[in-house]
Amino acid sequence: MTVKLNFKIDGNDFTRAGEASGEVKRVLKELGLPSDVIRNVSIALYEGEINMYLHANGGQIEVAVSPDAVGMVLTDSGPGIENVALAMKEGYSTADDNIRSLGFGAGMGLPNIKKYTDHMMIETEVGVGTTIRLKVYIK
Amino acid sequence: MTVNDLADKLGLVFLTGQEDAQKQVSGCYCGDLLSFVMSRAKSGDAWLTVMGHLNSVGVAALADLACIILTENAPLSPDALERARQNKVIILQTEKTTFECAVAIAAFLKI
Repeated sequence: MTVKLNFKIDGNDFTRAGEASGEVKRVLKELGLPSDVIRNVSIALYEGEINMYLHANGGQIEVAVSPDAVGMVLTDSGPGIENVALAMKEGYSTADDNIRSLGFGAGMGLPNIKKYTDHMMIETEVGVGTTIRLKVYIK
Repeated sequence: MTVNDLADKLGLVFLTGQEDAQKQVSGCYCGDLLSFVMSRAKSGDAWLTVMGHLNSVGVAALADLACIILTENAPLSPDALERARQNKVIILQTEKTTFECAVAIAAFLKI
């Protein structure tokens, strides 16, 4: 059986940043998944969700929990990523001072997502948007 | 050691209620950049920071941190306090610097 969750992220309301990740965490706990799987999914999803707020004015998050893995698809219609290899490097960030004053913009978002997932694929086109597909296996 | 024990020993002030203060503290992480904290802090760590806003609460909840300790009496925003209560995130405050607080925690945890 697969449990599916969908969230629309409203990029204009930053006070709600993290709500979707929090809700996913709550559901995964209810489903009784191992705590390390829950933590890895939560961290990766939170970073992705924050990126949607900071860079893409919102987007869509789909989560599918199957017996062997938690799959996540994060889609936005933002500016796209010009240089994915550079964006994957720790410390590289295009965030402005306002974002940095909130404690973000350390250039750790995408590297953190990679660190806490077993599979990560980025599809992006400048001026069109970005889709990130993630998977965390349930061992 | 529980959050309550730590609060007693260090003279920390609870900004949230003490209902969940029996959570175990197993380590400590210091930092103000949220993505660093997400990446490097370990589950069960007491997190020392001056960032008392809404997103700090989200990070602490999602990364399973034992508590947030606002050092140098850094303020906590009202919306963050409300979110912390909803998410059962424990937040404490101290006039100590992050360094002084971390040194004291290390001594108590013998790490």
